[in-house]
Amino acid sequence: MSTNRLNSPAELVALKERLEKNRNANKTVVTVCAGTGCMACGCEAVLKTFREECAKDRLENEVEIKATGCHGFCERGPLVVVHPLGVFYQRVKPADAKLIWEQTVKGGHLVNKLLYRDPQSNQIIKNEKDIPFYKKQMRIIFGKNGFMDPTAINDYILLGGYQALAMALTKMTPEQIIDEVKKSGLRGRGGGGFPTGKKWATCRAVKVEPKYTICNADEGDPGAFMDRSLLEGNPHQVIEGMLIGAFAIGSHEGFVYVRNEYPLAVKNLTVAIKAARDYGFLGENILGTGFSFDIEISRGGGAFVCGESTALMASLEGKVGEPRAKYIHTVESGLYDKPSNLNNVETWANIPPILERGAEWFASIGTEGSKGTKVFALTGKVNNTGLVEVPMGITLREILYDIGGGVPRGKKFKAVQTGGPSGGTLIVETAEPRIHASMVAYGDLRDEDEAVSLLDLPIDFDELTRAGSMMGSGGMIVMDEDSCMVDIARYFIHFLTEESCGKCVPCREGLVVMLNILQKISDGTGTIEDIEYLEELSQVIIDTSLCQLGGSAPNPVLSTIRYFRQEFLAHVIDKRCPAGVCKNLVSHAIDNSCNGCHACLKSCPTNAIVGEPKRLHYIIQDKCIQCGACYQICRYNSIKRIKHGEGDKLQERARELWQPPLKKVPAEVA
Amino acid sequence: MTVATEPKYDLQSKIEEIVGEYGAKPTALIMILQDVQKHYRYLPEDALRAVAKSMKLPLAQIYGVATFYRAFTLKPIGKNHICVCTGTACHVRQAVVIVDKLERDLGISAGETTANGEVSLETVNCLGACALGPLVTANGVYYGNMTVNKVDKMLSEVLHKKRVSETTEEAA
Repeated sequence: MSTNRLNSPAELVALKERLEKNRNANKTVVTVCAGTGCMACGCEAVLKTFREECAKDRLENEVEIKATGCHGFCERGPLVVVHPLGVFYQRVKPADAKLIWEQTVKGGHLVNKLLYRDPQSNQIIKNEKDIPFYKKQMRIIFGKNGFMDPTAINDYILLGGYQALAMALTKMTPEQIIDEVKKSGLRGRGGGGFPTGKKWATCRAVKVEPKYTICNADEGDPGAFMDRSLLEGNPHQVIEGMLIGAFAIGSHEGFVYVRNEYPLAVKNLTVAIKAARDYGFLGENILGTGFSFDIEISRGGGAFVCGESTALMASLEGKVGEPRAKYIHTVESGLYDKPSNLNNVETWANIPPILERGAEWFASIGTEGSKGTKVFALTGKVNNTGLVEVPMGITLREILYDIGGGVPRGKKFKAVQTGGPSGGTLIVETAEPRIHASMVAYGDLRDEDEAVSLLDLPIDFDELTRAGSMMGSGGMIVMDEDSCMVDIARYFIHFLTEESCGKCVPCREGLVVMLNILQKISDGTGTIEDIEYLEELSQVIIDTSLCQLGGSAPNPVLSTIRYFRQEFLAHVIDKRCPAGVCKNLVSHAIDNSCNGCHACLKSCPTNAIVGEPKRLHYIIQDKCIQCGACYQICRYNSIKRIKHGEGDKLQERARELWQPPLKKVPAEVA
Repeated sequence: MTVATEPKYDLQSKIEEIVGEYGAKPTALIMILQDVQKHYRYLPEDALRAVAKSMKLPLAQIYGVATFYRAFTLKPIGKNHICVCTGTACHVRQAVVIVDKLERDLGISAGETTANGEVSLETVNCLGACALGPLVTANGVYYGNMTVNKVDKMLSEVLHKKRVSETTEEAA
C-alpha cells in the first residue's frame, strides 16, 4: 500500500494543513501557461529559459517555476504571471524570459513592454484580473487553472481540492447529493442542457449492477476547446466530480472517453489518475469510507458522432461508433447494456464547487432556466481569442465587445456562430448595412430590430434555442464582413457529410443532397427554388434522423437562411457573393488606392499581378484564379473582391498602364 | 515503409506485444489500432490480419473500425506530415487559401502523399489552438497565423528539417 494513501477525511485535512504550513506565501512563483495554445506559441522554450536562469542563480529554493494549465487568454500567449506580485506578462519570448528573470523576479521591477496594454485606453495593466478580457468573467471552474501545476495533486489539495468529495462521502447520503445537484439547477454542458440532477436520480433508481460513470471528453466540435483545457489544466477537478457522481448513483467503474488528438490532455489525465490512486481517492475503500471507484481512460478514434452518448458507448465497447435509437435511455441501458451515466467534462467540473459552496450559491448565478457559468471558446474574427467563463445570461454584446475586444482590423461584425455544426449562425449587425440596392426589391430583408435585439440576447440554453441556434459545447465563432454565409453553411454541411456515421438514410443521403445544392448556390448556378428545397429537406432530416447529430445537422443552414436570406438571394439572383468568398462569383481587382508596395505581386501564384514598385498595380483578369492570396496580403485594403466579371471596370486606370503587352509607363504616373 | 522491410514473424510478434498490453480485450480495439498505427505510421493489411488473429476477432470487424474512424489510415503516410486546420475558426480566417497554396505547391490534393513519399498533406477539423488560426502543423511543429507568404518558408523548413518538434504533440 502506498505511503501517500489517505485513509480518512481527517488525514486529508491534515495533509492540507501540512501543505499550507510548509508553503511560503512570500515565495516568488513564476507561472507559465502550458496549455496547448501557449505550447503552440513556444511556451516550452520560455519555461526552459526560466529553469536555466533559476539553476544558474541557484535560486531553486527561493523561486518556484511552475507550468500551469490554460489561463484562457490564448491570443496573448505565451503567458507568464509572477506571484505574489501578480504581474501578468503576455507574448513572452525566450529572450523576454531572461529579462523578466533579471528585472522582475530578481529586481522587483516591471518590464513594461511585456505588460498588457489596453487597445482602447492605451493604459498599461499590471494584474491579470484588471484586464478587460478577464474583468467580466466569472471563473468558477477555470479559476484554479492559473495557480496549479496540473500534474501535482498537492497543488490541487492545497487549493481545497477533494474536500467536496470528503464531505460527500462522509456527511451526505447519495440522495442528498442528488438533491443538492437538482437544487443547483445545473444542466449538462455538453450541448443538450439536460438537468444533471434529474439524470443522476434516474440512473440511481435503476436497480441493475454494475453502473457506469462516463465522462465525455470527445470534443469534436470544431472551434471548441474548453474541455481539453480543463482536462489539461485541472484534471483532478473532473476526477473529483466523477467520484461524487459515482457515489451518488452507486457506480464503481468510470471511463473518460477522450480524443486521441489531445495528447496533452491524455497525458495530464493519466498522471492525475495515477496520483489519485496513490492518494487513495481512486480504488478500493476511498478515504476509508468503504466506497470504491476507479477510472479508465479510453482514447477515441476521432469521430464527431462519438460525442453522441450512444455512439460514444458503442465506441467505448471497441465498436464502430454508431448511435442507436434512444427510446431506452442510456441511464437505464447504456454501456454493455448496463445503466450508464454520461456527463460532459465541464459538467463534472461543476460538481465540486456546487458541493463546496452550496446549491443556493450556484443557483444565484445565471438566469431562470440556466444556472452557473458557461465556458465559451471565443474564436474567429475577434481581437481577444480565448476561453471565457461567464455567468449565464450575459449578453452577446458583452462577450463580443467587452471581453472579446471587438472585430480586428476595423472590419464590420457580421455574425456569431454558436453550438458548432449542430448549432446556428446568429445575427447580423453592421453599422451601415451593405445591401445591394437591388436587394430591396426581393423583400424579405432581415428585421433590423431583430438583429439589434439579438446582440443583446442573454446567453443561456433556452434563449439560444429560441433564436434558432443552441448552446452546444460552447464554441462561439465570430464572423466579420468577409465571411460568406452560404460558404459557412456549405462548410458545416460538408463537415457533417464527412462525419455522418451512415447508419440512417436522412442524415447520410440528405446531407449530401444539401451539400450539392449549397455548392450549386456557391457556384452561382442556384435558383430560388433551391433555397426553398433546402428548407424543406432540412425539415425532413430534422424529423426523421435517428440521433441528434442528424436531427440538428440542418441547423446551420436553416439559421443562415433565416438571418441572411438576402445573401442567399444575392447568390442566386444577382450571381454575386457580397462577402467575396465564393470563387465563381467574384473577381479580384486593385483600386486606385494601391501604393505599389509590391507585396501582392510576390504572393500571386499565377503571376497575374503586374506592376512596378510604388506604382499602381493591376490584376490580369484572365490569369487570376481567385485564390485570395493577394487579398490576404494587402495591408492597404486596395484589393477588392467584386462581382465576377467587373474586375476591369474597377481597374480602368491600372489597365491602361499595364495591359499586356506592357506599354511604356507614362511619366506623369510615377 | 517499415512493413516492407519487416519480416512477417516480427510483425506478428509486435502486434501480439501491443495486443497483450491491453489484455486482448475487444473493448480496447480502437486503442490497439492507434498503437499499431503509431508504430507503422499507418495500418498495413498484414497488421490488421495479425490483430484479428491475436484478438480472435473477425477481420471484417477490425476493418470496419479501421475505416470508420478518422484517425486511422490504410495508406502509408509520407515522411513529412503537414496538417492544415480547417476548423471553423481557421475557416473564417481563410484557411482554404493556405490549403489551395499547399496543394498547388506540392502538386497533390489534401489527403494525398507526394509521389516520392516525402510529404503528406491533410486537413483536420480542429486542433484547438484557434487563437493562432489559420494554423498549420508540420511534423508536430505549429505554424500559427499562417499567410500564403509564410508557406514557402514553412515548406523549406519542413523539407530540410530545420525545426524539430519540441512539444508533446506527435504526428498522428
